[in-house]
Amino acid sequence: MTMQPDLQANPNTILETARARVLEQGMGLSESQLVEILRLPDDALPATLQLAHEVRLKHCGEDVEVEGIISIKTGGCPEDCHFCSQSGLFDSPVRGVWLDIPELVKAAKETAATGATEFCIVAAVRGPDIKLMNQIKFAIDRINEEADINIACSLGMLTQRQVDQLAEWGVHRYNHNLETARSYFPEVVTTHTYEERLETCNMVKDAGMELCCGALIGMGETLEQRAELAAQLAALEPHEVPLNFLNPRPGTPLENQGLMDGKDALRAIAAFRLAMPRTVLRYAGGRELTLGDLGTREGLMGGINAVIVGNYLTTLGRPANADLNLLVELNMPIKELQKTL
Amino acid sequence: MNRVSTNATTGGTSGPTAAEFCGHCGESSDGGASATSDVHHTCEELLQLEPPRYCAACRRRMKVQVTPLGWSAECSRHGLLSP
Ligand code: SF4
Ligand SMILES: [Zn+2]
Ligand SMILES: [Zn+2]
Repeated sequence: MTMQPDLQANPNTILETARARVLEQGMGLSESQLVEILRLPDDALPATLQLAHEVRLKHCGEDVEVEGIISIKTGGCPEDCHFCSQSGLFDSPVRGVWLDIPELVKAAKETAATGATEFCIVAAVRGPDIKLMNQIKFAIDRINEEADINIACSLGMLTQRQVDQLAEWGVHRYNHNLETARSYFPEVVTTHTYEERLETCNMVKDAGMELCCGALIGMGETLEQRAELAAQLAALEPHEVPLNFLNPRPGTPLENQGLMDGKDALRAIAAFRLAMPRTVLRYAGGRELTLGDLGTREGLMGGINAVIVGNYLTTLGRPANADLNLLVELNMPIKELQKTL
Repeated sequence: MNRVSTNATTGGTSGPTAAEFCGHCGESSDGGASATSDVHHTCEELLQLEPPRYCAACRRRMKVQVTPLGWSAECSRHGLLSP
């Protein structure tokens, strides 16, 4: 628990208000209401998660969307996102490396075999150059020949022409995270602006691709800034929000930032669900350290309705089977593939 | 320290080598043989959740590829590791 509630309403009143607005009317909470949720005491956490779970079931259904992610180009990024081991500006042990296309196709097939419906190809770049765009086009064609899975991309900031090309090639979802609140962004990234990120997000939506726009919490932002981020994401109306918890990486400016408290992480999950009742809310990086096995289960029963299966880009996740078995145990069917091409 | 011996799968130029360096932080390590290796216990825990970045035999930074269901790490001198 980071802060004690002082001048805020009784927890029951806060949760009743949230129930009426989000569960019954289908409207997300306002930024100030989200602050109240994030400040609820630990003994209100089970009821908060329960409400978030009911909201998820009513507005999204019981399905869980499963995705695999892979790095086509790792490390050596010219940007300075202070949490990222792939920035070439920090003394990180991560070496620059490219994945070849046969390996990428093999990984797509393996990912599809787990029941996943999404395969996201990620590159550590400010934005793609012609060489990377050509490789992406080639990879998309090969994957479409050999695997039954939707293809998503995360290639940094895009030009309008690149947005149009990706849409034309059948990329159905594009990931570009806001990462943190507008008011905290300059503390975390100095090589590009929040507005530049928003610009890419809006172009992606306008081109008809689904927007995946995520958050990374636990970077030293205040609870108010966490609520600000949730409200800013809600205003953007992304199809999906991947929720990451800081895993402090050696050599990065945030390497000494402690792990965030597990209960704060669970309150954040519930708050994000109450901000965005209909959005796909995905567990992404850092949950293994921040939440452990028990917390992973609590989050799935507290608003989360999507997971990244297996490993992340530079770190390892829980074994794929552990998550897939947990979904069976929780009676949560994996969402089936609906090819958008 | 790496929980896999170097040169385990392909490509090395010399035989398998005992761990001398921690795969996570790259500092000297005796692979857990003495009390001084306590400093790497946290590293060993972290290696449950990330692949090794340093070659246990020579401390070179390795080329690491992570895929959804696996990983590999390659030292230019000692070859490829995989889980
Ligand atoms: S742009 Fe992406 S890869 Fe580059 S430093 Fe930022 S988070 Fe890392
Ligand atoms: Zn070590
Ligand atoms: Zn070596």
